Amino acid sequence: MSLRESLARSLHGRLDDVQGDAGYESGEHPPRMGFFTDTSVCIGCKACEVACKEWNAVPDDGYVLTGMSYDNTQALGASTWRHVAFVEKPLHPTTTDLGLPGMGPPGWDTHESGLPQAAPGGDDQATASGGASDDAGVRWLMSSDVCKHCTHAACLDVCPTGSLFRTEFGTVVVQPDICNGCGYCVPACPYGVIDLRKEDGRAFKCTLCYDRLKDGETPACAKACPTESIQFGEVSELRQRADLRLAELHEKGVDVARLYGRDPEDGVGGDGAFFLLLDEPEVYGLPPDPVVTTRDIGSIWKHVGAAAGVLVAMGVASFVGGRR
Amino acid sequence: MAEAHPVGFQWVMEAKRRGAKIIHVDPRFTRTSAVADLHVPIRAGSDIAFLGALVNYVLSNDLDFREYVTEYTNAASIIGEEFRDTEDLDGLFSGFDPEKGVYDGESWQYEGAPQSPAAGQRDPAQATGPQLGDRGSDEHGHGAARAEAAGSGGPSVSNTAERDRTLQHPRCVFQILKRHFARYTPEMVQQACGISPEQFLEVAEALTSNSGRERTSAICYAVGWTHHSVGSQIIRTASILQLLLGNIGRPGGGIMALRGHASIQGSTDIPTLFNILPGYLPMPHASEHLDLDSYVAGDAGSQGFWGNMRAYAVSLLKSYWGDAATAENDFCFDYLPRLTGDHSTYHTVKGQIEGRCKGYFLVGENPAVGSSNGKMQRLGLASLDWLVVRDLQMIESATFWKDGPEIETGELVTEDIGTEIFFMPAATHIEKAGSFTQTQRMLQWRDKAVDPPGDARSDLDFYYDLGNRIRKRLAGSSDEMDRPLLDMTWDYPLTEDGEPDGHAVLREINGTGPDGRALSGYTELKDDGSTACGCWIYCGVYADEVNQARRRKPHWEQDYVASEWGWVWPANRRILYNRASAAPDGTPWSERKKYVWWDADQQKWVGSDVPDFIVDRPPDFEPEDGARGPDAISGVDPFIMQTDGKGWLFAPAGVADGPMPAHYEPPESPVHNPLYGQQNNPARQHVEQAANPINPSYSEVFPYVFTSYRLTEHHTAGGMSRTLPYLSELQPGFFCEVSPRLARERGLEHMGWATIVTGRSAIEARVLVTDRMRSLRLGDRFVEQVGLPYHWGGNGLTTGDSPNDLVNLTLDPNVYIQDKVGTCDIRPGRRPRGERLTSYVEDYRRRADDAASADAVDAADAPTSGRADR
Repeated sequence: MSLRESLARSLHGRLDDVQGDAGYESGEHPPRMGFFTDTSVCIGCKACEVACKEWNAVPDDGYVLTGMSYDNTQALGASTWRHVAFVEKPLHPTTTDLGLPGMGPPGWDTHESGLPQAAPGGDDQATASGGASDDAGVRWLMSSDVCKHCTHAACLDVCPTGSLFRTEFGTVVVQPDICNGCGYCVPACPYGVIDLRKEDGRAFKCTLCYDRLKDGETPACAKACPTESIQFGEVSELRQRADLRLAELHEKGVDVARLYGRDPEDGVGGDGAFFLLLDEPEVYGLPPDPVVTTRDIGSIWKHVGAAAGVLVAMGVASFVGGRR
Repeated sequence: MAEAHPVGFQWVMEAKRRGAKIIHVDPRFTRTSAVADLHVPIRAGSDIAFLGALVNYVLSNDLDFREYVTEYTNAASIIGEEFRDTEDLDGLFSGFDPEKGVYDGESWQYEGAPQSPAAGQRDPAQATGPQLGDRGSDEHGHGAARAEAAGSGGPSVSNTAERDRTLQHPRCVFQILKRHFARYTPEMVQQACGISPEQFLEVAEALTSNSGRERTSAICYAVGWTHHSVGSQIIRTASILQLLLGNIGRPGGGIMALRGHASIQGSTDIPTLFNILPGYLPMPHASEHLDLDSYVAGDAGSQGFWGNMRAYAVSLLKSYWGDAATAENDFCFDYLPRLTGDHSTYHTVKGQIEGRCKGYFLVGENPAVGSSNGKMQRLGLASLDWLVVRDLQMIESATFWKDGPEIETGELVTEDIGTEIFFMPAATHIEKAGSFTQTQRMLQWRDKAVDPPGDARSDLDFYYDLGNRIRKRLAGSSDEMDRPLLDMTWDYPLTEDGEPDGHAVLREINGTGPDGRALSGYTELKDDGSTACGCWIYCGVYADEVNQARRRKPHWEQDYVASEWGWVWPANRRILYNRASAAPDGTPWSERKKYVWWDADQQKWVGSDVPDFIVDRPPDFEPEDGARGPDAISGVDPFIMQTDGKGWLFAPAGVADGPMPAHYEPPESPVHNPLYGQQNNPARQHVEQAANPINPSYSEVFPYVFTSYRLTEHHTAGGMSRTLPYLSELQPGFFCEVSPRLARERGLEHMGWATIVTGRSAIEARVLVTDRMRSLRLGDRFVEQVGLPYHWGGNGLTTGDSPNDLVNLTLDPNVYIQDKVGTCDIRPGRRPRGERLTSYVEDYRRRADDAASADAVDAADAPTSGRADR
């Protein structure tokens, strides 16, 4: 394998031994560990958020009543490593659903007028047969989001200090004692996960409880999850489990169920933490087709190299020409 | 359940994974609804109309489990001729005294029942305590009920009633029930609850098709169901339904109360209630129970296990007073405190305001936020001479004197409050060892994980020390009044940490025999003073000198009943009344639901659980005439704590507001009762107090329904969650939830402020406009509900007004719990501050009363339109 091929390979595309690629002796390192978050059984209790903060001593992230349903956490960040999204969606939308993030409550998009728009049928929303009408029905989606521990992690690729590293479990971890707060990792993440803690200056994100993994323990969030929505285990086994669960739901007629981040061929080479969703990823605030932002870094350098070569050649040519 | 009991809800999700259908009936769309197969939005307070219609659906379609119903319930029992139903009296049962607002249940009894049977002998006569107003319970004769004195298993009745096992006799319970519930139709459900007939039928079919020989269904409720002026009757309706479907005493069946805190079941078994002693023994009454004989007389002769009440009572007295309790001194029965009337929490608060209650202990309770009618709570606390608050945090009930809402309005002035407050920091559950008893009656022991911080101490440590100090101070006293304290057994060994040993307390509760060894079951208890037992139903929890509650054998190392995890009272029985899991002849109802059955070869009851029956009593056993106690239980009577051995579809005694449930509107309601002319529970108790006015019903001034509830992120009155950053940031502000329709009607903006006002007070909240709140259509009108999570108060990291300030005190007459549902108005904008708040609320009250009296005049002019809905 040429150097160029090897460089290209670790930046994107399918990669079955992520630890081996990072330099761990093949066959010596433990299996790749990760999360499968099955949102179809999530009850939105937020125990994962609390357990994560308790175990990792993550500070509070501000006290803001957002009005975005029961989601007052809003997004992942330096001080939020698990985030439970709450999405209220009408059962029978009457307008075309563009699949845009629907995080707000009814009427959120008409907020400026001061009043939510009338529901279809206005005061007649209760049907003639009485009772609560179906067209006022609502779905309430909940999903616990987390760092994806990408197969190809751009945050790690761009980190100049080596603070971000690939662990023997295949996870991606920041070492706070090495991080210099440069912030390169922040725009590199295609999911918007990692961030700098303002009052501290350094970057923080989910470690998949590296310390607990070292001791053979389940990460705090998965341990606390009462319904096994967050499942922890070997990624290869979790992928099988996810496939079975998806098939089971499809058999039951839950056609909207889909896996997200499970595909090793996707833009980040598959996620170490992947999901079963009950709607389009955008509905949960997830990018539909994430691509590792360093995918083209090889070809960029190639182009840079070529351009440099041309420049050198031109320079040489000018000297050569000058001698004429 | 997902909202308030997320950990327990994992098993519901597990059941769903295995194919169970989950139906969620709730006024709001919660986290439970989000994962349920069916969410049925219901008008708050219309539960009996809904459940009653399910009962009617079962009866009118012959879907009851007939053999079970005939043999195991009192369906065949014949009621006396004098009984009149709500059908005859437009919403009242016979025996109602409109002057006193109470029932005399004499006419509800079985035909041929001996005189003074039912509540009679266990009924202390009229109380002599202070007056509580027109409907005050101190005036109650409790002729019908006297529920607080009935203890476990209900009051005594004779089991000699005539029975018609064809269920055809017009006065048999089955026929009475059929007639009573006939008007609870799907159409009526639509009128009363706002639930469409289609949705109702979907629920009815799911429930009935999953009940019977092969299948069972469970009803789980959170304690919001009990927070109604008809709370006990709501549970009664669910019980009737489950008995008709054969879902009691069988695996997968039952009614599960999801408790409001850890070990609320435990604090009822070893009670923190005024009216019972440990093990549901009634608290003796001052004028009736002059000695032990008169105390146990009501039960001593009766059938069933209550027939041994003297043994339970004597063993309890021996546990309290040890060697000082002898047969000669009636085992110190005179040392027990006595009831003089209703000493329940809300009447005590009234007593505080009126100067009769001078001192108070608040232990892990924050009534300034967590109890209904917050103003009355705070006015009560401010009237005390002294107050002890034991809590983890500086809660609102300890700081009301300087920053309560009444300080802001000027109704209270700090300088004028004489209450001396002692704040005692308390240890949390992980900072001390002890047991929790949960809803399955299971005791689970916790070990101490860490030491409490600073001066914080466990309750056990605190009370043991307090007892020692008081006894030291009284030492040498010759005053008779001090004997109970000085004679008390109060000698717990200390652990290495210097705290009293919780194991020793559990062992004392378990009880010891003449040899000083731990007893292994309550059948060993004696009435001669040779045994001591702190709570007879817990006897066996320390059997073989082992803390059985601490057993932690995982479920994968034993069968599904998991008998070796923790310990369940009584006798480690996982399902109560499990004799009912077998047919009358002793064989299992089905292979699938096999649980406990009669083994003819061994001549005993066997199965996966401890049989809840006399183990060698064959199914064909007939008691002799005149048999007493357990000897009187026949081989087919599974309900061995009931004196007639039957599950009660009809309660011939023991319930204060009727032998059968009937739908009544909450004391404040926007609609007329669609079922009867009688609007409210006639036996409800309104706490008469200036700070507790009632909004007139069907008022244009208070047109909306409010109901309060919990959020997953917070814990009850907030002392354990609003003080913690990780929980506070998840729900960082008090809000109300309204439907888009209500938002339009009142001009409420999403995330704007709203003021919610009742006759008691007005509070402000941020507005969450959401489709999860449904506009309910009742006939030709809509009913809008305002949802209020009740966790907020003035202290902590996240603060806000308290919804309990809105709730009125109208109590269920059986258990004295308030009705959490009321009427309100909601307006955009923040509430007035200071004195203007008081006048704002006064103005509302005046307008509502004026409109109500104008309506009354109109109604008088046109009497025929009296009941028409506006």
